[in-house]
Amino acid sequence: MAKPSDVTDGEWEAEVLNSDRPVLVDFWAPWCGPCRMVAPIVEELAGEYDGKAKFLKLNTDDNIETASRYGIRSIPTIMVFNKGEAVDQVIGFRPKGDLKKSLDKAFA
Amino acid sequence: MPDAGITEVDVVIIGGGPAGLAAGLYAARAKHRSLLLEKGVIGGQIALTELVENYPGIPSVNGFDLAQTMHKQAEDHGLETRYEDVSEIEQRDRKWRISTGAGEIRTKALILTAGAEYDKLGVPGEERLTGKGVSYCATCDAAFFKGQDVVVVGGGDAALDEGLFTTRFADKVTIIHRRDQLRAGRTLQDRAFANDKIEFLWNTVVTEIVGEGQVEEAKLRNVETGEESTLSTAAVFVFIGQHPNTDFLGKLVETDVGGHVIVDDWMKTKLPGLFAAGDVRQNSARQVASSVGDGVTAAIAADHYISDAFPD
Repeated sequence: MAKPSDVTDGEWEAEVLNSDRPVLVDFWAPWCGPCRMVAPIVEELAGEYDGKAKFLKLNTDDNIETASRYGIRSIPTIMVFNKGEAVDQVIGFRPKGDLKKSLDKAFA
Repeated sequence: MPDAGITEVDVVIIGGGPAGLAAGLYAARAKHRSLLLEKGVIGGQIALTELVENYPGIPSVNGFDLAQTMHKQAEDHGLETRYEDVSEIEQRDRKWRISTGAGEIRTKALILTAGAEYDKLGVPGEERLTGKGVSYCATCDAAFFKGQDVVVVGGGDAALDEGLFTTRFADKVTIIHRRDQLRAGRTLQDRAFANDKIEFLWNTVVTEIVGEGQVEEAKLRNVETGEESTLSTAAVFVFIGQHPNTDFLGKLVETDVGGHVIVDDWMKTKLPGLFAAGDVRQNSARQVASSVGDGVTAAIAADHYISDAFPD
């Protein structure tokens, strides 16, 4: 099963902005409780959208540049990208259906 | 429309905070088929609490970890969990019917432990800048304000606890309180007063939060003098109180003016088989330990109710 893989500041452009498939990025940090609740939901979605979308997670402690570039001031934040552009953003813990809706905007 | 399944259980618990987890543990151990419904995060408010230091027997524990431990303990004894939001509740043929987006659940006893949610300030800019510097969870978001000046609004335990946590990252934390003294417990007050990074602004309220894409300043008013001022800040953390999550109940059960469910000493409402425990009930002490006690009481009462009302 496809699992979300880590992405860093250095890989951001190649992995996210230049991706040929829609990308869901989970901004998280190890100290964030609700992030630990979101992670398994993102993993489930990664399985369901295997081959259709790419799933990445960015540790905001280690990748400050990207986090500040997108004005992340609260985690978990989920962002959806398509063709290099942010199409949607979900802040805080949300049920799976909400994240699915957000991701589907990339396929609209 | 997909065919919505019907699930038959003995006890349903709505809300996975300390009260619900304790009720779930006891109901499952009483050999009732027990189902916990949670719409968000297991643990509720404690999942967002950095440190719980007043739960007897555990000197200090992270709130999220405590909730996970309670949940696992209850599940090990047979509690089932579903992450679903309740849309409707009604009693028919002596059983409670609960509709969620995923189907219908029928149960002999229903325990409401939906907890409470933090109040919002209700000022301009608050909603627009939520997640952009306005936050209701310092333990989630404080780390984004390293070396910056931030504001905490409130004067209770949560405000001081989160304010103290925020000093790990921020250069300066201004705690804004509408009165001239704190509601918070003595230990937290002593810690906050001793912290060099914390400053207090008394008799003051936030009237607006200003910023383009992110919080830039807070507009303030002194409630004594009426004097208005502006404070530069990167964040506004709001901890001004809470309200019970009872809106979804509609007129199902009797509540007080604050929306708290009215129960007796056994957590029983006036409706047969319906119980309420923890922060949703009237006169709750709103502590992890008291909520756990409430949950246990409600589960025992539910067990007695099931034996009496559904003798096999």
